[in-house]
Amino acid sequence: MRSASLVLITAAALLPAAIPAKPLTYSAPPERTPAELSDAEGEVVVNVCSACHSLEYIVTQPRGKGAQFWKDSVAKMINVYKAPVEPADADAVAAVLAKKFG
Amino acid sequence: MNEVDVRNWGRREFLTASGLALAAAPAVGLARTVQMPFANGARPLVRFPQKREMILLTTRPPQLETPFEVFNQGLITPNDAFFVRYHLSGLPDVIDPAAFRLKIGGHVGKPLEISLASLKRDFPIEEIVAVNQCSGNSRGFVEPRVGGGQLGNGAMGNARWRGVSLKALLDKAGLREGARQVTFNGLDNPPLDGIPDFVKALDIDHARDGEVMIAFQMNGQDLPYLNGYPLRLIVPGHYGTYWVKHLNAINVVDAQFEGYWMKTAYRIPDNDCNCLVPGQKPDKTKPISRFNVRSFVTSHADGAKVAAGRAVELRGIAFAGGSNIARILVSADGGQGWQEARLGEDLGRYSFREWRLGLSLQKGMHAIKVRAQTADGETQPLEQRWQPAGYMRNVVETLKLEVA
Repeated sequence: MRSASLVLITAAALLPAAIPAKPLTYSAPPERTPAELSDAEGEVVVNVCSACHSLEYIVTQPRGKGAQFWKDSVAKMINVYKAPVEPADADAVAAVLAKKFG
Repeated sequence: MNEVDVRNWGRREFLTASGLALAAAPAVGLARTVQMPFANGARPLVRFPQKREMILLTTRPPQLETPFEVFNQGLITPNDAFFVRYHLSGLPDVIDPAAFRLKIGGHVGKPLEISLASLKRDFPIEEIVAVNQCSGNSRGFVEPRVGGGQLGNGAMGNARWRGVSLKALLDKAGLREGARQVTFNGLDNPPLDGIPDFVKALDIDHARDGEVMIAFQMNGQDLPYLNGYPLRLIVPGHYGTYWVKHLNAINVVDAQFEGYWMKTAYRIPDNDCNCLVPGQKPDKTKPISRFNVRSFVTSHADGAKVAAGRAVELRGIAFAGGSNIARILVSADGGQGWQEARLGEDLGRYSFREWRLGLSLQKGMHAIKVRAQTADGETQPLEQRWQPAGYMRNVVETLKLEVA
């Protein structure tokens, strides 16, 4: 048995082009909503931000950078990355992030 | 036999398929965590397809950091421990290697569409050992803190890349008069229209230097999906932002490429130290390019305890942006006296280089510092240099060792 499988492996190794390569598929592992954003106040953040990215981006940022840090971060998502966020939602997200992580 | 089916590899499925103990990382939500040595540094340890347990920065798009102890286990970083960094969450769901084509077009004599089989058969195959490092590696240690991915020191890795030189492909396509830059795009896309696609550019001379490579293998295997299967650009000595994954479109242009990821993002202060007084805004910027020189102790963690009365064998790694590591100096007294370490095996000027030093230390606390110098005379700064985006950290590392 052992030598038979060795032969098979060797043959495959010598003929990589002859072996039809199969498509690879990828699906992302499940995401979690971080505890810091799981309350009612965090809902607007979860709804708006998770359209494009998972929420660890937010909660791993350094704390205590001030309200402007969060206002600028939200503005960057909209102005630079063209996130389709209504102005009222943008203000609400920035305010919640400043309050929680400011 | 080279195929890996990563379909539906959620954590549970992957663990089952690979036969690893479910007990090591049970249900989602109960993941083990590590504490990075900076504020707000708790991170889950997770398994992604084709990866061992890694430090999670973000799930979508995937960003995974190599646990630092891996760097003490050998000079080559294993594929399943190699860091992962994407910018945009539109990863390809499926890649069919038989249908895959690499397109080379733009300001060329003859546009090409090359299959993987042709790439491997019709061009000279090259190999290089080279470090890939994220521009923002170690950003979490930057003081004052800056926004961005809060990484420890694990967004780097050293691999043996196998592929075809970009020069060979460009020569085959033939450059037209006036070719100025070459752009690189991959199969990953923005999650929504309007978000700038991740496209990078190199100057034409750099693209034709014979070292820039289109790799189809890493450490003797197909590239892992999350490291850019089936092809990725290898830009030795340069930050990972240029190492475009899932590379499928190369375009020669006759002007400076003005895409967002070159013109606006990944820029550094254009001055002698590439640094600013914290909080300052730069007058002038330029695209980030080569690594600066770095070195680490890998044999001991910060705060490690060792037994008194016998020599302590320190060991670590160093690397730079293309100049050989010439000297490693180690201090056991916080930087007052320095001793030269022995250099290990030389895998080339783009690789990690091992260093070792035996020290006899008195009982008590010792501040161990390591400082690398290149053949070109570049050396690590003793004080941190600050950039607004937290790029290019390379201050001399210090760790506390307790001899008791």
